[in-house]
Amino acid sequence: MLDDLDRRILRQWQADPTLSPAELAERCGMTPARVQRRQMRLMDTGAVKGVRAVIDWQALGYSVEVSLRVTLDKTVAAAFDEFMNAAREVPEVVEIQTFLGRVDVRLSVIAQDMGHYQRVYRTRVLTLPHIADIEPLMHVARIKADERLPI
Amino acid sequence: MMELDDIDRALLRALALDATQSAGALGRDLGLSQPATWRRIKRLKDSGVIAGHRLQIDAEAVGFGVTVFLGVKLATKGRVSLEDFERAVTAIPEVQTVEHVLGLYDYRLRVVARDLPDFERVLRRRIMTLPGAGDVEANVLLSEERLTGPIG
Repeated sequence: MLDDLDRRILRQWQADPTLSPAELAERCGMTPARVQRRQMRLMDTGAVKGVRAVIDWQALGYSVEVSLRVTLDKTVAAAFDEFMNAAREVPEVVEIQTFLGRVDVRLSVIAQDMGHYQRVYRTRVLTLPHIADIEPLMHVARIKADERLPI
Repeated sequence: MMELDDIDRALLRALALDATQSAGALGRDLGLSQPATWRRIKRLKDSGVIAGHRLQIDAEAVGFGVTVFLGVKLATKGRVSLEDFERAVTAIPEVQTVEHVLGLYDYRLRVVARDLPDFERVLRRRIMTLPGAGDVEANVLLSEERLTGPIG
């Protein structure tokens, strides 16, 4: 379980994952050695899984982003697995989420422009197996994206 | 817009999976010198291709057992200001992401909570009371994968 010191470290660490142990220690009011020990423990226990670089697809020319909410044909036993395996093979799919609710799976699809999106949608998405229904949400803007946890 | 070569793509792919790797270690894998690798990483950052870094926390391990995606429709479009809604929703600590979308819903929110009763509290006290919030659809997240996309 986390104690107050772990929480203090996590708050500062997630605010800026590029901080060195010394900088993090200063913000937490602890010694660098102590912070480093705690960081190691948080990684060892699996509470922290690592640090990832966030790619801005728009900066690479992918100006279109669409959220596809998919309902699957649940009369087929392997529908989920087969759909997910096939979706992973589509290069323009950058995120796959599964849900409990009205939506079964959501795919995040990126494309360079609407023409490119239409091609991907027709040739790679609609051909995925076991789709019962599909509903697009077109991305307009990201208002908040830091994904910080309220620790 | 930045054009990437194969080495840039390999670097980006490696950093998207683990950004703690040093320029030296990454360079060794790609047959590049440490300074050359460092320059390429700097160019990816300066051009905005690497928009930032994210600490990957196991939400469940730190006490957030439930992640819910909400589709929110504004009730009185035209009369309610999008800015007011966006300002209020962004200020809610449990709301991790806010996306403005076109389609069945106007906004898509990612919300974390300790458990389902805690989620219900957030939904009733914080989300339903937002200025202009109308129809809300909730889907509980079961699993999530992030892929390296077209650079993979």
